Amino acid sequence: MSEDETKTIRAAFRGTLGRFTLDAAFEVPATGITALFGPSGCGKTTVLRCIAGLQHLPDGFCAIDGDVWQDKTVFKLPHQRPIGYVFQEASLFPHLSVRRNLMYGAPRGQDAAMSDAIAFDEVIELLGLARLLDRSPVNLSGGERQRVAIGRALLSQPKLLLMDEPLSALDRLTKDEILPFLERLHDRLSLPAIYISHDISEVERLADHLVLMQAGTVKAVGPLSTLQSDPSLPLAASRDAAVSIDATTESYDANYGILTLKLDGARLLVPSAPVGAGERRRVRIAASDVSLTHEPPTASTILNILPARIVSGSPAGPNEIVVLLALGAEGTGARLLARVTRRSWDQLGLTEGLPIYAQVKGVSLAQKSP
Amino acid sequence: MESLPADIWQPVRLTIELAAITTVILLFVGTPIAWWLARSKAWWKEAVAALVAMPLVLPPTVLGFYLLVLLGPNGPGGQIASLWGARTLAFTFEGLVIASVLYSMPFVVQPIRNAFAAIGDRPLEVAATLRASPRRAFWTVAVPLARPGFLTGAVLGFAHTVGEFGVVLMIGGNIPGETKVLSVAIYDYVETSQWREANILAAGMLVFAFAVILTMTLIEKRVARVGA
Repeated sequence: MSEDETKTIRAAFRGTLGRFTLDAAFEVPATGITALFGPSGCGKTTVLRCIAGLQHLPDGFCAIDGDVWQDKTVFKLPHQRPIGYVFQEASLFPHLSVRRNLMYGAPRGQDAAMSDAIAFDEVIELLGLARLLDRSPVNLSGGERQRVAIGRALLSQPKLLLMDEPLSALDRLTKDEILPFLERLHDRLSLPAIYISHDISEVERLADHLVLMQAGTVKAVGPLSTLQSDPSLPLAASRDAAVSIDATTESYDANYGILTLKLDGARLLVPSAPVGAGERRRVRIAASDVSLTHEPPTASTILNILPARIVSGSPAGPNEIVVLLALGAEGTGARLLARVTRRSWDQLGLTEGLPIYAQVKGVSLAQKSP
Repeated sequence: MESLPADIWQPVRLTIELAAITTVILLFVGTPIAWWLARSKAWWKEAVAALVAMPLVLPPTVLGFYLLVLLGPNGPGGQIASLWGARTLAFTFEGLVIASVLYSMPFVVQPIRNAFAAIGDRPLEVAATLRASPRRAFWTVAVPLARPGFLTGAVLGFAHTVGEFGVVLMIGGNIPGETKVLSVAIYDYVETSQWREANILAAGMLVFAFAVILTMTLIEKRVARVGA
């Protein structure tokens, strides 16, 4: 088994389902969360079902950590694959209590005592399920049900977690209740996951890698921030273009309630509740919140004015330019997007390679639940 | 008050015995058939379903006639009977059981098939992604979720076997303690003008039928409530 096969998810599926043609192949690291992102009906769910073995396209290949689940001669049935699957609807077993739902897939006998197993108590605590254990799933709210479904999938001790839009059937409020749970999951467990979504804000908060899908094909694969800032992809050109950057907390000014975050090539000041130093936080900076200037203003209410270099400028619509920036005076740091008018681009004489200052009007910090 | 003839309870006992054995056999035989009919994608499965449903529309005499041919001395039933030295399966209790199983099959298979179909693919897919083998998924998910269908099927199968007349008359005849079941006994009492005895058995059947239909309705109501 070669080195690059051991920590990789490789999937390739080709076939026709009714009038829909799927021809999707990608390879992503088997660490962190990979988002399958694309419009409804682009084949995301079909890809996930093929990885799970719930659907069998004969012309397919699927291997995780070098362990082949499907190729020309092999097809493991779903129950022979070490996966956890969270469906769009929680699909709890109505005839079993919450506790027995959670334990349905848990290994029994000798396998139950694995040393690196995800512990029952940890899952209960992580997902806040203690109060629900002895209830029937029939009377749970939508959010509670989906949390039980996630816990049930985790307790089957999967090597790969597959989530098919687990939040899409929930209302805004319930979504905001569950997202922090998923973020904690991401931080606490080393379990790789594939997460389907058509909601870019979920992807921005959760994903490490991104597979962009369109009409049954894969348009791009890569780390989230790379794809977000790639001007040739629709993400950067869209109205709500943004980049997600993973930063480390450095210090906290309790007097003003301002957090200092360190990221590649810059420091960011963000209003926040108190946070200790050395913690990882993800920030999201929208392209429309970044403006450009040649000289740093001597006095400004804007907290973050960062030296950067222009990498490229790409037209977005007839009168706007999406500018790709690299932070740091040398232009070697994290990538950022700025959306400016074509008029400003011309009047400021902006061009590739030019040193510039990026004024960041807003930074949103993904809040972790306590 | 005139005392009842002692043998009036014999057909009742025989009928309950026949219906109970038939129901148990049908649950064992009917469940795999119902599962296959609910899950298979074979194009010819509806042909099998039609075959199973035929007793619903066939006159009992037609079914009885062919069973008589099959179970009689010159049919396969006769050959089987010769294994233990008998001449025929017709006009025996065993023959009645075979006939009842065929006759009541649609009443057991149909509700169980519907219950399996109503579960849909999802719970079984969930079970599979939780490492459950198809066998474990069947016993721990499909069967418990289809329980109302099993109850309905069992009640209908039992009740229908209790009420069968035409087929029994064709292949069972009227042998006390062997093939003389309730419906035949009532007919017999009427033939011999024993109206009082006929009335007792007939009234009992009335109460029984009412109880069955009420039970069924209550089961369905309960299911509707749980499903909500």
